[in-house]
Amino acid sequence: MLKINNLQASIEEKEILKGINLDIKPGEIHAIMGPNGSGKSTLASVLAGRADYEVTGGTVEFMGKDLLELSPEDRAKEGLFLAFQYPVEIPGVSTTNFMKSAVNEKRKYLGLEPLDAAQFLRNMKEKMKLVEIDQSLLSRSLNEGFSGGEKKRNEIFQMAMLDPKLAILDETDSGLDIDALRIVANGVNQLRTKDNAFLVVTHYQRLLDYIVPDFVHVLYKGRIVRSGTKELAKELEVKGYDFIKAEVDQEMA
Amino acid sequence: MMDATNILKEAFDKQNSPGGNLAEYQQQNWSMFSGLGLPALKHEEWKYTRISKVFTDKLVINNDSHLSQDALEKLILKETENANRIVFFNGQFLEAMSITTDSAEAICIKPLEKAAGDEDADFVNTNLGHSQRYHGDGINALNAAFANGGVYIRVNKGAILNNPIIIYHVSDSSHGLRFSQPRILVNIQEAAQVELIETYTNMGGGENLTNEVVEISAEKDAVLHYVKLQHEGEKTNHAGTTHIRQTGKCLTHAVTVTLSGAIVRNNLNMVMEAEHGESHMYGLYLLNGNTLADNHTIVDNAMPHCFSNELYKGIMNDGSTGVFNGKIFVRKDAQKTNAYQSNKNILVGENASANTKPQLEILADDVKCSHGCTIGKLDEDALFYLRARGISADNARSMLLHAFAIDILEQIKNDQIRTYAEQLVAERLSFNI
Repeated sequence: MLKINNLQASIEEKEILKGINLDIKPGEIHAIMGPNGSGKSTLASVLAGRADYEVTGGTVEFMGKDLLELSPEDRAKEGLFLAFQYPVEIPGVSTTNFMKSAVNEKRKYLGLEPLDAAQFLRNMKEKMKLVEIDQSLLSRSLNEGFSGGEKKRNEIFQMAMLDPKLAILDETDSGLDIDALRIVANGVNQLRTKDNAFLVVTHYQRLLDYIVPDFVHVLYKGRIVRSGTKELAKELEVKGYDFIKAEVDQEMA
Repeated sequence: MMDATNILKEAFDKQNSPGGNLAEYQQQNWSMFSGLGLPALKHEEWKYTRISKVFTDKLVINNDSHLSQDALEKLILKETENANRIVFFNGQFLEAMSITTDSAEAICIKPLEKAAGDEDADFVNTNLGHSQRYHGDGINALNAAFANGGVYIRVNKGAILNNPIIIYHVSDSSHGLRFSQPRILVNIQEAAQVELIETYTNMGGGENLTNEVVEISAEKDAVLHYVKLQHEGEKTNHAGTTHIRQTGKCLTHAVTVTLSGAIVRNNLNMVMEAEHGESHMYGLYLLNGNTLADNHTIVDNAMPHCFSNELYKGIMNDGSTGVFNGKIFVRKDAQKTNAYQSNKNILVGENASANTKPQLEILADDVKCSHGCTIGKLDEDALFYLRARGISADNARSMLLHAFAIDILEQIKNDQIRTYAEQLVAERLSFNI
């Protein structure tokens, strides 16, 4: 589904990603962990197509297409979804209207008829239950005045509405209390199928108690320095990142 | 060939009927105009807006054209058939084509010249030209010199109008650069409630120039909702003053929407002469091409405990220019004044520009006044967020601009007019609502 080969990217001449390799197949959940500043969020942003970052080398193939050639909107229409670490507040645009546009633009791209108001509403009601989000919240300006938990639930709600093939969760757990974390994780687990995949970017192991990954990768200084199963995450929980940092710094020295 | 001054003089001589109720007033103003001339760029209040360049030998003033009923009906806004209708054609009030739908007990609409000589003469004498205290320039005087073509509106004590008053300004530009000078004087008596809407049409597809003065006086407990809607097209030039005077504690609310024009200048004054007055001023300028839209507003707080709120927003496409100047005066006795002002601009076009200037003069020492202004581009983070959900860059831009503009349009109280304005803005932004 997603093949990242030697991906390098920089921002303002500063190299952040220094050769990432990653292969994600349908049905899999991958977790990317790592200390602050290791490049986790950069990887998420580069995959979603944020223009601030310049890809300086490598390739990314998504569903057989050259992902890096696609605009951010076409990446989304092809089935890539980024749950933002910091969802943007947009005054004057309600989540409902915004989602209606997004869903129907995607359907148009896929050669499907737009959903009528009733179908859309039915769909929305169903997905709202998934993340225990209220209709009144969705009628309000997008993310404006939302609590941290409401913003993250709104991200997962949008993910459910758009039904992506690959969802990237960028530190979705940051700033969430344990109840909100459970709701978010529960939503993700219900959306999991054998055909879709998740890339969960997180600093803490805690989220992975709820969203259980098939593979765990540790990102450090712009490279994946360790890969393993969920046991690797447990080890990190106990030992912290310092032992990996020390090992890697020694290998590189 | 005659130059503009001669054309104006000839038109003045033709229009000013000796012995008329306003003849002396007009003569005084003509003399004032002759002395002052037109405001030039060196005039601080007009530094961005060279309206004088429109005054060329192409000016057409004389009434050599006719407005047919059919042509007028085509301009009437949808679902406003019940409205009180006031028609101006080439700057002259057309009594015959105007319709009063509220009762004679509630409202009286008549030629200004008539009002100046009947039971309303005292009001006319006191209020006509009141705006000149704030705009003592030649262009205001020039309008006053032609005041006998104007209209007088009185909304009687306690009347809550069932229908809005819609003023249709039609000008025929098919014979040259049509110069129209509408004059409107409104007397809103105690506890009366009024919706007053002005809209403009340039017929004939040529250039035109409108120089308008609206003076409104609202008494104690009156409520005024005023809307000025400008979308006459790119060949239209406009210099207008709307002067709203609160003689008693009342509520006055104004929304100014500018969607097109060559040079557009709007002066809006809120003169708060009584304690506990409340005023609101909202503006949207959504510009493209080379349009220059210049909004100058004044809130004058003379008495204590008044509240005013002001929000103007601009979106500049292409090479258009937005100008905002907001003056707030708080006089020595106007303690406990609350005055808020905000101006926000988004530059979309590469060659677009915005100039914004808050101007606060506060002489009282116990007041709350705030002002803020921003000029920026569309928020890149917001754009990316929308695009990351599959919304195309163009649609994302439309969506954000529409969201930016809509909270001004939501201030329009009249449903039909608001819907109409929303449609115009949505069309402009290619946004599907």
